[in-house]
Amino acid sequence: MKPINEMEVSFLSRSSNEAFGRAAVAAFAAQLDPTLDELCDIKTAVSEAVTNCIVHAYKNTIGKIYISCKIYSGGRISVKIRDRGCGIEDIGQAMQPLFTTSGDERAGLGFAVMENFMDSLRVASKPGRGTSVTMQKIIKRRENENG
Amino acid sequence: MGVRLILKDNCLTAVLSGEIDHHAASRIRCEIDETASKVKPEKLVIDFSNVQFMDSSGIGLIMGRCKLMDIWGGRVEVANMPPKIEKIVSLAGIGKLCSIREGKINEADK
Repeated sequence: MKPINEMEVSFLSRSSNEAFGRAAVAAFAAQLDPTLDELCDIKTAVSEAVTNCIVHAYKNTIGKIYISCKIYSGGRISVKIRDRGCGIEDIGQAMQPLFTTSGDERAGLGFAVMENFMDSLRVASKPGRGTSVTMQKIIKRRENENG
Repeated sequence: MGVRLILKDNCLTAVLSGEIDHHAASRIRCEIDETASKVKPEKLVIDFSNVQFMDSSGIGLIMGRCKLMDIWGGRVEVANMPPKIEKIVSLAGIGKLCSIREGKINEADK
């Protein structure tokens, strides 16, 4: 299916860009007229994926994070967050809730949040080559609330 | 954006504000831990009333402070959780780790 609209953005894996990444996706998603809850879900899921790139993929180094968003008919938005970092050896293990390789300060909930806050999540990774996370959400059409 | 610390009667209250992500959490953590480690309070109240956004870094922040307070037998209380961050908090099951205070805290109690 061909997307109705597309957007791409890339930025360095500096933690100060986390807010920019999620805000950019939220600003693009706004044209679907999401509820504040739906927008918050998207922002949170994107924040988790971008943080993973910074904390894990480009651990101790700085690389580029690529986000591409597509809007399809029926209010479906697809967000792909990609890096060229270290990759994930065992995706199944990485996606287990509470699993983390980063010690005490990370809750190990990144993938659990993406899964719960979005309608679908697909993770593809090659060790040494990078990881891409594709998430989709359907923004429900709202009846005109003011009559 | 950040954290304001209030110490009263051996209770340290950390009033968080702004967006809590991995970037902001590391600074907030340092500020809370510096004071908490010195004072060793009985109770640490983390007040979320001015928080606009939070991802799982905020959960890690709570979990890490629970571990710290455990060292001297202190406890952590989470307060004034806005509805928009309740979803991530319930997903994480934070209630098993520390107490969550329902309702508003008065300014006078801080």
